[in-house]
Amino acid sequence: MSKREEIIRVDHITKRYDENAVLDDFSLSVHEGEVVVIVGPSGCGKSTILRIMNGLEPIQKGEVTYRGEKVDGKLGSITRIREKVGMVFQSYELFPHKTILQNIMLASILVQKRDRREVKEEALQLLARVGLSEKKDAYPRQLSGGQKQRVAIVRALAMHPEVLLFDEVTAALDPEMVREVLDVLLSLAKEGKTMVIVTHEMSFAKAVADRVIFLDGGHMEEEGTASEFFDHPKTERAKQFLHTFTYDKVERE
Amino acid sequence: MQNLGIDVLFKGTNMMRLLGGLWVSLRISLIAVLFSILLGVPLGILMSRKSRIIRAITRLYLEIVRIMPQMVLLFIVFFGTTRVFGWNLDAEVASVIVFSFWGCAEMSDLVRGALISIPKHQYESAKALGMNSLTVFVFIILPQTIRRLLPLSINLVTRMIKTTSLVMMIGVVEVLKVGQQIIEANRTSSPNAAFGVYGTVLLLYFIGCWPISMLSKYLEKKWNNV
Repeated sequence: MSKREEIIRVDHITKRYDENAVLDDFSLSVHEGEVVVIVGPSGCGKSTILRIMNGLEPIQKGEVTYRGEKVDGKLGSITRIREKVGMVFQSYELFPHKTILQNIMLASILVQKRDRREVKEEALQLLARVGLSEKKDAYPRQLSGGQKQRVAIVRALAMHPEVLLFDEVTAALDPEMVREVLDVLLSLAKEGKTMVIVTHEMSFAKAVADRVIFLDGGHMEEEGTASEFFDHPKTERAKQFLHTFTYDKVERE
Repeated sequence: MQNLGIDVLFKGTNMMRLLGGLWVSLRISLIAVLFSILLGVPLGILMSRKSRIIRAITRLYLEIVRIMPQMVLLFIVFFGTTRVFGWNLDAEVASVIVFSFWGCAEMSDLVRGALISIPKHQYESAKALGMNSLTVFVFIILPQTIRRLLPLSINLVTRMIKTTSLVMMIGVVEVLKVGQQIIEANRTSSPNAAFGVYGTVLLLYFIGCWPISMLSKYLEKKWNNV
């Protein structure tokens, strides 16, 4: 893994909201073809890391780089970096005034100035891949949550990103729709896409991750391979955290 | 059957005069609407910014306009300023100024409301696709804002048309004033004219406002949930 090229580097960053440190001296590097999963209790700063990687959130200390180039929401280079760093949000955020196909094509045409016909052809292929071809002319409000989220993933893919950031993409979904979205992520992982995933779905995390980061209180508490972390967590905090996902059998007297 | 006094309208050029009056009403409100849009939209965009100073100033402007009755504003501009500053202001111009002053405030508040109702995540998901601020605003935010704004601003237009009936108080001869003149002129020959003429004026306002109001309903339905 270490031989592969480093794509994103998060170097000793500190992020504060008012006086509260959300992230404290946090570092992470993401290499090509790697799937990094970030887990941790609510409010531990997981989503903030992804937003910082995409320059959506300013930081107070440290530096984030994409292939050696500084990631900063205030710099003009940020749009070029964001083209390469795709992001999918918890609340899908499709554009409600555009059809599904337009949602997918818009940025490729406006930002990358690619040929409309070529973009459309590719968008249709991507839609077919996630089983939503027949929805191409529908509007977002006519789709279920799971369908919207699959479209949001396709919309990010249409930009040909080098790395994809997934911010709790199943957290807003009904349980029966979680699977259809996670299956898309699994197939992307199989293709060798570089991904950083924040999730609460532990069995999915175990299946998809090359590396798991356990975050608590703005610190990286533990880092390891999926089996290391889930089967033999080293720290007490991680054990406690993982325990919240299991239930003991109720013993009746 | 009672004489409803409609017959007066068919004497001489009375009906044409009434329609001419309607045109004056519509002209004042439409010019004022145009100014309200041209000035109110940028002002509304400005108001959606976070600057405290801008917010305080615009807030004050908005409250003044809301609290002051339009008639008082008309009197101040037409009788007050002409006297104090010694300029010569046409009554219709004074009306346009007052209605623009009012419409601009209301419009800017509508624009501000529509803009801040767009979820923050819409900006972020567009930015995450590599769009710059201008592209995000023009292709993502503005179309959604206009969809939310149009039904509300059309409602404002009909309110403005209705309120133009006040401008007769500063001597503009608009539809209501023409109606009054016709009634006065025919006092002896058709004493019942008040009913017919004012009724017709009511109908003319309705004809002016109803299509606009229907358009608003149609757009609201069409853009539901957007």
